[in-house]
Amino acid sequence: MRDEARPANGSPAIAAVPKIRLRGLTKRFGDKLVLDGIDLDVMARTSMVVIGGSGSGKSVLLKCILGLIEPDAGSIEIDGQDVLKLDREAREAVRNRIGMLFQNGALFDSLPVWENVAFGLLARHKASRAEARARAIEVLAQVGLAASVGDLWPAELSGGMQKRVALARAIAAQPDILFFDEPTTGLDPIMGAVIDGLIVDCVKRLGSTAVAITHDMASARRIGDRAAMIHKGRIIWEGPATALMDSGNPVVDQFTHGRREGPIQMELRR
Amino acid sequence: MNAALDFVAAIGRGVLGACLVTGRLALFGLNGLSHWVRPPFYGRMFLRALIEIGYFSLPVVALTAVFTGMVLALQSSTGLSRFAADSAVASLVVLSVTRELGPVLAGLMVAGRVGAAMAAEIGTMRVTDQIDALTTLSTNPMKYLVAPRLLAGLIALPLLVVIADILGVLGGFIIAILKLGFNSGIYLNNTLNFLETQDVVSGLAKAAVFGFLISLMGCYHGYNSRGGAQGVGAATTSAVVAASVLILAFDYVLTELFFAR
Ligand SMILES: Nc1ncnc2c1ncn2[C@@H]1O[C@H](COP(=O)(O)OP(=O)(O)O)[C@@H](O)[C@H]1O
Ligand SMILES: [Mg+2]
Repeated sequence: MRDEARPANGSPAIAAVPKIRLRGLTKRFGDKLVLDGIDLDVMARTSMVVIGGSGSGKSVLLKCILGLIEPDAGSIEIDGQDVLKLDREAREAVRNRIGMLFQNGALFDSLPVWENVAFGLLARHKASRAEARARAIEVLAQVGLAASVGDLWPAELSGGMQKRVALARAIAAQPDILFFDEPTTGLDPIMGAVIDGLIVDCVKRLGSTAVAITHDMASARRIGDRAAMIHKGRIIWEGPATALMDSGNPVVDQFTHGRREGPIQMELRR
Repeated sequence: MNAALDFVAAIGRGVLGACLVTGRLALFGLNGLSHWVRPPFYGRMFLRALIEIGYFSLPVVALTAVFTGMVLALQSSTGLSRFAADSAVASLVVLSVTRELGPVLAGLMVAGRVGAAMAAEIGTMRVTDQIDALTTLSTNPMKYLVAPRLLAGLIALPLLVVIADILGVLGGFIIAILKLGFNSGIYLNNTLNFLETQDVVSGLAKAAVFGFLISLMGCYHGYNSRGGAQGVGAATTSAVVAASVLILAFDYVLTELFFAR
């Protein structure tokens, strides 16, 4: 349906160019330095998991790539093209290729579920309302939801179902790149595993490149091909997701094993 | 000496801050307005806002108008001789209602109802990332959320004020006939004789400005809210207070514009 939007995929000539390439990405809010020179490469058709403590700037990182937050310095290349140097329309075109699952779903609570899922299609005039509805029901089925769910309101759904709907909305336009911000936070472990499975399926089926943020080590190993840890505004470790539990990096080890003692000092009030 | 300097510095900071907010508001308003003429226009969102602002405000605006007209008739009849009262009550009621009280009271009531609701809805969308989600789904939030509400405010309030005008005069009429014992034919005659087109038109123009201001304050404070439920609460309060004060200030400015010779 949208094959023209992703010419680079699988083409051997540019296989070496990362899908997403961040260099020196910096962002401060007031005098708080949140991102302090992030360098990260994500290769096409792979999944990168980003781990890091709460408030370490993981969501800000994704929002910078999406163009929702303007970084102070650094470059963001997608398919070798620096998006920060593009004009507004070209940036919008890049953004249209990215699907985002927000941290708490961010479903539109004034619209029924099916319209949430079909929102991007309707906004881009890719379909009439009837077609968009049919497509929404189709995508809902892909995330294991019955057609009848389409007529419910987001507030009527359980947390796990909301996450599925948010996932359906993110993949409805068959994006080239998918971002997941803490997709399993707040779910029970079984539902978390189910959502992880759906994410892996969707990414595989679409042949997309994925970046997922998580605190959950089981989830990180299920979703990710590679993993990176963000700490104090920088990427301090990057490697295969399978190596997360024995990375050899003391900071990563403390985080992945959830140890109270270690190089990361929690700022606790005494 | 130092105290005096501090005082001057404080005033300076206040003035600069006010300029900054005014500038931001003006930019926000102009940005919203510019989407009226740049497609797509979200008719669905416009109709929703029109119903929310206009239709659902009808009861509260109607009650306010009726009671205001009743009070005006009662107050203005005391202290006047029977003869003078005959024409004075009718004219005072109709002129006060159409020129001033209709638009101002309807504006204040709608500011409390709709300004607050708008700020709360858009503020919640901000703090739950729904506004960011709109952007990622190829939809400009200024176009989708703000522009339709600004237009709906501008159109809905004059419609409400037409009804408020009629009901206000009706309230005065009821008291004049039932309580003050006026002749209904003479009262109505006096009402129509004293009323000029400009009285009604100026009132409706005021209403359009007030409606725009209410939507602007609701949208602006909601759009810029930060920090969870508390931030949304603060945005709601700010929207209502700012809209109310602006309505009264603009009422003066517009009256000066329309009537001062
Ligand atoms: N729009 C904003 N304005 C000011 N500060 C922000 C904003 N967004 C995020 N922050 C701050 O940036 C830091 C990182 O936030 P975030 O990326 O959401 O953390 P997390 O890694 O948990 O996702 C936090 O301290 C947060 O307060
Ligand atoms: Mg986050």
